[in-house]
Amino acid sequence: MTTTRRGFIGGAIGAALTAGTAEAGTTTHFAGYPGRYGLLHDTTLCVGCRSCEVACKEVNDLPPVEAPVGDQAVFDSTRRTTETALTVVNKYVDATDDAPPVYRKLQCMHCNEPCCATVCLVHAFEKTPEGPVLYHPELCMGCRYCITACPYYALAYEFDDPLTPKVMRCTMCYDRIKEGKLPGCAEACPMGAITFGEREELIKIARERIRKNPERYIDHIFGEHEFGGTSWMVLAGHSFGELGLDEGMTHEPLPAIATSYLGVVPLVVTIYPGLLMGMYAFSKRHEAVAKAEREEAVADAIAATEEEGKKKLEAAADRAKKDKERSINMAVKKALAEAKKEAEKGGDE
Amino acid sequence: MSDVTVDAVHEPTKGGWFTPFNIITGIILIGGAVLLAIRFTQGLAATTNLSHTYPWGLWIGFDVMSGVALAAGGFVTSSAVYLFGMKEYKPVVRAALLTGFLGYFLVVLGLLADLGRPWRLPYPFIKSPGPTSPLFEVSLCVALYLTVLFIESTPAALEWLGLKKARKVVGSMTIALTIFGLILSTMHQSTLGAMLMVAPTRLHPLWYSAHIPVHFFVSAVAAGLAMVIVEGMISHRAYHHQVQITEDHFHRINFGLAKAAAVTLAVYTSIKVIALAIEDEWHLLATGWGAYWLVEILGFVVLPCVLFAIGYRERKLVLVRVAAVITVIGIMLNRFNVVFIVFNWNNPTGEIYVPNWMEIWITVAFITFAVVAFKLIADRMPIMYEHPDWKGTH
Repeated sequence: MTTTRRGFIGGAIGAALTAGTAEAGTTTHFAGYPGRYGLLHDTTLCVGCRSCEVACKEVNDLPPVEAPVGDQAVFDSTRRTTETALTVVNKYVDATDDAPPVYRKLQCMHCNEPCCATVCLVHAFEKTPEGPVLYHPELCMGCRYCITACPYYALAYEFDDPLTPKVMRCTMCYDRIKEGKLPGCAEACPMGAITFGEREELIKIARERIRKNPERYIDHIFGEHEFGGTSWMVLAGHSFGELGLDEGMTHEPLPAIATSYLGVVPLVVTIYPGLLMGMYAFSKRHEAVAKAEREEAVADAIAATEEEGKKKLEAAADRAKKDKERSINMAVKKALAEAKKEAEKGGDE
Repeated sequence: MSDVTVDAVHEPTKGGWFTPFNIITGIILIGGAVLLAIRFTQGLAATTNLSHTYPWGLWIGFDVMSGVALAAGGFVTSSAVYLFGMKEYKPVVRAALLTGFLGYFLVVLGLLADLGRPWRLPYPFIKSPGPTSPLFEVSLCVALYLTVLFIESTPAALEWLGLKKARKVVGSMTIALTIFGLILSTMHQSTLGAMLMVAPTRLHPLWYSAHIPVHFFVSAVAAGLAMVIVEGMISHRAYHHQVQITEDHFHRINFGLAKAAAVTLAVYTSIKVIALAIEDEWHLLATGWGAYWLVEILGFVVLPCVLFAIGYRERKLVLVRVAAVITVIGIMLNRFNVVFIVFNWNNPTGEIYVPNWMEIWITVAFITFAVVAFKLIADRMPIMYEHPDWKGTH
């Protein structure tokens, strides 16, 4: 699914906007390339001889194994893949009186929908139609997000290379299987614990083994559905938790989980400008309204003051008029009184 | 990179060359340049404790993840002042934007040190884009936002240089830049959290959540507010001769920021509890990791939230500042947790990661570089005060 999506996008930057929702709203489902290869590790057959480790180093031109084959001290600690050991075998269950120890081989699981490919920001991983997940060092920036993302701790990095460090991981011997050869580990396994073939066929083989020997196997093929399924699958007689594999993992592919949020991004880009311009407009309008209210209040105050002044002026004028009238009246009264007095005086004489 | 750092040390200052500040920063920066030279000649293995299980360490956890969150003060204050009309905060915007720009510059420096092949930094845009990657979106946003922060920081330089025409042009772009900055910040602050959504088994369920992008965004807002308070605490004292606002106004700004930070941290607490409830992880609180989760939430989210609230209510600047420092430490703790402490909590080899002294030294050198750059700029340009010709404009 991831592969087709990536192929469809073809690297257009604008497509970032649709990355998370590329499949939302569609009703089709891509179940993976038909006839793609895979490998089945039957841990009930594995004897921990580490021939696969040796062969892997040979076919990949890597330095030979540090601890010689047969050295049991190797199994005292849990090891992981490194930049020079693309596969390692660990012992997970010690031998008992009636049962041999249980070993499991670790390497890149070649997921059906690899999250290393989804999280790579330079598109340096590809899921090939043949099944292997390939890495293109010529594009890699060395951000190591792929190594952080891998739920199987399967990717390693050349930390000691200052100029051209690469991500190192199992390639499922892509070149060898293109030539019709077996992957190095599958060819080297003396116990037939590693089976190479078309993934669908391997699932049938695994089911058949479980059906024939129900007491030997847990009725589960690890990798058939976990996180969308893997090309490397595991059969076991002990619980997968004891073998260092997470049990009960979701069947939802990790890429779908990882990119689910990206669907929100185009909404932010499209909704925010309008929303924020609206908020800016609100704050501006708030200011404008406040200013208008202030101006109105000032105008009202001025009008009120003017009105009052006018009234005061009128009252003063009124008062002045009355004062004048009163003084005139008084003057007239006084004059009349004086005239009367004068007349009385004159009458006496 | 090393050339720049050495030049920064040799910039003459008023008190002669051999001031205590210059000597200490000089030693840190020269040491950092030497260590970077070792990193690019001997490789990451020679200078870091990174491993196949812990491919990301201090440089991603601090320089990138914490750096971006702590630089959020730029978009928070500029949005408050220019978009939401909270003009009383204008005196702190320039310093916050400059801190933001230098913070993002530090992010890029950290990334360049951390990338296996840093010269391929433009590859996602020019050679082979991988748009399904959350990191693709983060890179695009950080590249654009660094540009926005640069333009938003230029008014101080243009006023200093007296380039009135250019200053006017940049001033007219303020609203557009602020909106663009807020969009970009919302996107990449949250997508940094979304980067961890790919690891539901490797990140402990108490920290992992389908809502982790929202957790990242909200905590970044709190971190940005706290960082403006912390940055003001230092620069307000160092540049008191430049500061024009009254002590009372400065305190009012701090109390306003404290109120906002208290609300943000309360929101953050709620969404963390909601994530716990939605995913029904209450039983995990009784485990060792649960106790550690409680330390992070109670000690570095709820405690500063309460201190901010009391500090605001009682007008106690000391409480506000203590709360801000705790918040800044808390955000770093959270980012360290999701990148390398709680991350890989159940890894099969039982390995743990502790940064070595060289990683720490280089990180300290980058911070020192940012502090020196802030000082060189604020000594010369109108950062802490308004240029008299441009008072009251955008």
